[in-house]
Amino acid sequence: MRKVWETPGGIHPAENKAQSVTRPIGYLPLPERLWVALNQHAGPAAKPLVAVGDDVLKGQIIARSEGDRGTALHAPSSGRVVAIAPRAIAHPSGLPAECIEILCDGRDQWIDLYPIENYRNTEPSALLDLLAERGVAGLGGAGFPTAIKLATDRPTELLLVNATECEPYITADDSLLRERADQLLQGIDIASYLLGDPAERIIGIEDNKPEAIAALRAALAARSDQLPAVELAIFPTKYPSGGEKQLIQIVTGQELPSGALPAQLGIVCQNVGTLYALKRAVVDGEPLISRITTVTGKACTINGNYETLIGTPLTDLLTHSQLDPNRLERLIMGGPMMGIALPDSDLPIVKTSNCFIAADNTEVAPEQPAQPCIRCGLCAEACPATLLPQQLFWHAQSQQHDKLEAHNLFDCIECGACSYVCPSNIPLVQYFRAGKGEIRQQRAEKAKSDFARERFEFRQQRLEQQERDKQAKREARKLAAQQAKEAQSEASAPADSAAALIAAAQVRAAARTASPEQQREKLTRAIASSEARLQRANEKVTEAQQSGCDDATLQPLLAAQASAQQKLTQAEAKLAELSADPGKGPSPAPTQADSQSPEIDAASRAIAKARATAAAREALSPVEKIAADLAALNKRVEKLRDKLAACEEAEQRELLASSLAKLEAKQASLQEQQRALNNGI
Amino acid sequence: MQAPFELVAANPIVAAICAMVGLALLFGALLGFAAERFRVQGDPIVEQIDALLPQTQCGQCGHPGCRPYAESIAAGEAINKCPPGGQATINALAALLDVPAPELDDEHGEESEVKKVAFIREAECIGCTKCIQACPVDAILGSAKLMHTVIAAECTGCDLCVEPCPVDCIDMIPVEGDLKSWHWQLPQRPGLIASDRQPHSGEAA
Repeated sequence: MRKVWETPGGIHPAENKAQSVTRPIGYLPLPERLWVALNQHAGPAAKPLVAVGDDVLKGQIIARSEGDRGTALHAPSSGRVVAIAPRAIAHPSGLPAECIEILCDGRDQWIDLYPIENYRNTEPSALLDLLAERGVAGLGGAGFPTAIKLATDRPTELLLVNATECEPYITADDSLLRERADQLLQGIDIASYLLGDPAERIIGIEDNKPEAIAALRAALAARSDQLPAVELAIFPTKYPSGGEKQLIQIVTGQELPSGALPAQLGIVCQNVGTLYALKRAVVDGEPLISRITTVTGKACTINGNYETLIGTPLTDLLTHSQLDPNRLERLIMGGPMMGIALPDSDLPIVKTSNCFIAADNTEVAPEQPAQPCIRCGLCAEACPATLLPQQLFWHAQSQQHDKLEAHNLFDCIECGACSYVCPSNIPLVQYFRAGKGEIRQQRAEKAKSDFARERFEFRQQRLEQQERDKQAKREARKLAAQQAKEAQSEASAPADSAAALIAAAQVRAAARTASPEQQREKLTRAIASSEARLQRANEKVTEAQQSGCDDATLQPLLAAQASAQQKLTQAEAKLAELSADPGKGPSPAPTQADSQSPEIDAASRAIAKARATAAAREALSPVEKIAADLAALNKRVEKLRDKLAACEEAEQRELLASSLAKLEAKQASLQEQQRALNNGI
Repeated sequence: MQAPFELVAANPIVAAICAMVGLALLFGALLGFAAERFRVQGDPIVEQIDALLPQTQCGQCGHPGCRPYAESIAAGEAINKCPPGGQATINALAALLDVPAPELDDEHGEESEVKKVAFIREAECIGCTKCIQACPVDAILGSAKLMHTVIAAECTGCDLCVEPCPVDCIDMIPVEGDLKSWHWQLPQRPGLIASDRQPHSGEAA
């Protein structure tokens, strides 16, 4: 006998298991219709692979969950798909979910099955794919895909088989063990192979199932010695020993840390029903289309276990169990501790439907109104997770979510032990479920709002970038326009103003003093061309003299010769100067200076004059200013009058007349101002 | 040369002053280093406020988005101008800023009971792109003269696309709960202590 440990807390509710194990596992007559819910577990719903009107065979794949090794759903019997529509399923929300409705043809005709007798010749990864393809999921509780659970990347030390079935009333696993223990062992062997043959395989079972233990012992005794050893761990009955964390603690003595998975301790936990389904999927090639379901409760005349097709209407199951509707007080799916109350029986069986209790009024007490918490602490004693339910209740009531999390609400396994012992009848678990739900919802909303923020910020950034790009383009255009304008104005009016003149002169001067190398080159070119010209002139002169021309023709030639000679001499002199003092550059040639200076001089003279006038004006008093202006204006008026008198053309006369009128008006206003000033003084 | 202890014993005041000055210099240097090394970039309170706002970017508070409102809350603006966040957000902000939580300011709108998302009646959409420009989170897909549609998962329900639509083909429809979003509700609390008598009509409860 293996040593076992004790877990904290726990309760001992009435078991009520005996009534449903009096007969062997039964079979229902084939239902007329089957509804396969696409949502078999908490994950996303599976996607249908068949359409309305398709004929399907028993075991044919009809839907598959998305993702790597998403579990598949199969037609539980042969027939025709008549609808894919939402309908009520066994869910506490009572919300409808998509179901595939199959109208059975009664032939119950299988697809071709491909059993794998010697699975050890198949790669584990291929077997895991096969499990997903054959829809094997956890039948103990949440319906988690088995292929994903077994595909652990950590080395596994222990395969723990959960045969505890600690909740009252439920005997599905018990009856399975009594009748099919040998097949369960085969399932254990396959799981062990998939996990890389861990060091230990242990079946954990409560001591309230002596027949199941005996059957297991017999199966183990008949087992070949070459197969890996499987141990039995039998422990005293206590609710909730069947929780994964609790079972691990009972069998290994190790407490699973908060938030940790068993895989972190090198343990993989599997329910017996799941392992049996695993064996059926691999060795028999049958996909998971049925499970063992307990139907019990005093409202049913026949209590027992049935091999039920997934999708069977619950009504069929209850009718077969001879339900007395008048006695039915409450219909529960699951156990009395953790199960959910169902509004009616018009629901299909899903993969996780382990038990239905049709309870009469002697079994379920009418709900007592909750009274205030008296802080008795019984709940804390009963809690298998060593939480403080009364404290959690307080915070859940006031919706203080951060406090709930600080008190490890998420370690609550919702076993209901606290509600069971509460003398004030407080539905504690319901508070905890609500608290968990609210926290999860807030997390989801937070994730959504973070995503919205990200998108908003990205959009802002994009808009700013667009605006910057536009601005840059606008500026580039503006700059280009300005440059074009400048270029135009330079071309059209080069000597418009004194400043432009000066600038142009400076540019030219700069060009002249560019660089000694350039100048030297220029001069060398000038010398070469002058020499050439001189030579030509010489030739011409000689030719003319030889041909005996008159002086009139000879004279220009001689002049040209002289000028060429002069230019050559000049250029040579400059070059000599440049070579002598390359840094300084040549002083501007006198001839060029002569040609340039008048322009500059005129401009600077004009500027100087304008400055002087302005300065003089500044110095004047207002009266004097007006007097001066008036004098100047008088002069202009006189001039204009003379011009007008001299002018002949009509158009020009008109123009002149109008400007004269303007000037005269200005004159009048100035005179007025002058008078006013004089009066003021 | 005296031993250090004797030196200290002989000049207790000087020793104390030296020790104090030494400590002051040491801690001053330490603080200066820490101030430089662990300098906080930006205003952390704005980040915290922004994290509490619902990020609908609806502008009902009078600011162009949640972050600008967070910035002005940090600068002293009232915290009750966010209808999408409702009382829960106001309470969270009040707890963060340690101020009393006011009621939601009606001027900026009312808290909606249900979450909504925009829905474009696609047959009526003329493809004007006005709603696309209005959407603060780029949740509308479409292009000029082509039908638009709302990416429901990314819609914050801010309402901003409804008004610019020239053909009024955008509806705000309530989000229906599904199995995934469903969760248990808190049990109804009894109105009275179970052992109490039911109050008679007319009597004060």
